[in-house]
Amino acid sequence: MTTVQSRREFHLDSDTYDDLVAHARSDVPYEVCGLLAGRDGTLTAHYRIPNAARSMTLYNMDPKAMLHAMNEMDDNDWDLLGIYHSHTHTEAYPSSTDIELAFYADAVYLIVSLQAPDAPQIRAFDIVDGQVSERALVVDGERASRSLIPRNARRAGSAGEQTSGESR
Amino acid sequence: MAIEVRVPTVLRKHTEGERRVSGDGAHLRDLIDDVGDRHNGLRAALVADDGSLHRFINVYVNDEDVRFMQGIDTPLSDGDVVSILPAVAGG
Ligand SMILES: [Zn+2]
Repeated sequence: MTTVQSRREFHLDSDTYDDLVAHARSDVPYEVCGLLAGRDGTLTAHYRIPNAARSMTLYNMDPKAMLHAMNEMDDNDWDLLGIYHSHTHTEAYPSSTDIELAFYADAVYLIVSLQAPDAPQIRAFDIVDGQVSERALVVDGERASRSLIPRNARRAGSAGEQTSGESR
Repeated sequence: MAIEVRVPTVLRKHTEGERRVSGDGAHLRDLIDDVGDRHNGLRAALVADDGSLHRFINVYVNDEDVRFMQGIDTPLSDGDVVSILPAVAGG
C-alpha cells in the first residue's frame, strides 16, 4: 500500500485514444481540435470541431460547431471533460499561447503530438491561471507511458466511428 | 420583452450557478448592461475596457456569432436566445 498521493489521472478508452490520433493525422500538417464530453468521468461523446484557423501553429474552434457541441452537452447534463488539439511538429506540451488562452479551468487539456509521426503521443494537463500541471493519462485502465509505441497502426477509414455531434 | 441568456459553466460564478438568466435590451449592449446590473462580474467578463466584446469571448444570437452580425450593437428581438462561450483556441 502506497502512502504517496498519486498524480491526478485522466482516463480514456483505447478507441477514443485511437480516434484522437486518427483525427490528428487527418489534417496534417494543420492542427485539429475537438471536445470530449462525459458524465461522472466517463466519456459520452467525442466532437471533432473544425479548426477555423486551419493553421500549422494555431487552432481556434469554429464558433458555431463549438456552440452546437456545448449546447448538446448542456442539454444532456454532460460535463466538458476534455479539450484536445494536435501539435503536428512540436511536443505534446502546452505552448505559451495554449496557456494564455486556456479559459476552461474545469476541463483537461489534451495535446496529441505527431512530432514523431510513427509514434504519436497524447498528454493531458490541467491549465489553471497560467499554471500547468500534467495528469497521468490512463488508457483502458493502464497508465500510458510517455514514449508510447503506436497503439495501432494507422486505422485509415475508421475516423468517423464513435464520433457524434459535430463531426465532419 | 424577454431574452434568454445561456451562461456557460465557467461564467456561472457570476450568476449564482444559474445556467440561464433572462434580461432585456434592444441591442446586445443593452442586454449585457441589464443582465450585468443583476449579475455582477458578467459584464466585465464580456466587455473590454473600450466597450467592445472581449476578443476571446464568443457571443451568439440564436445560432449566429455576433462577429458576423453587428457585434455588441446587434439588435435583439423578444424570444431571442443569447449564448456565451469563451473561445477554445491556442497554438
Ligand atoms: Zn498547442
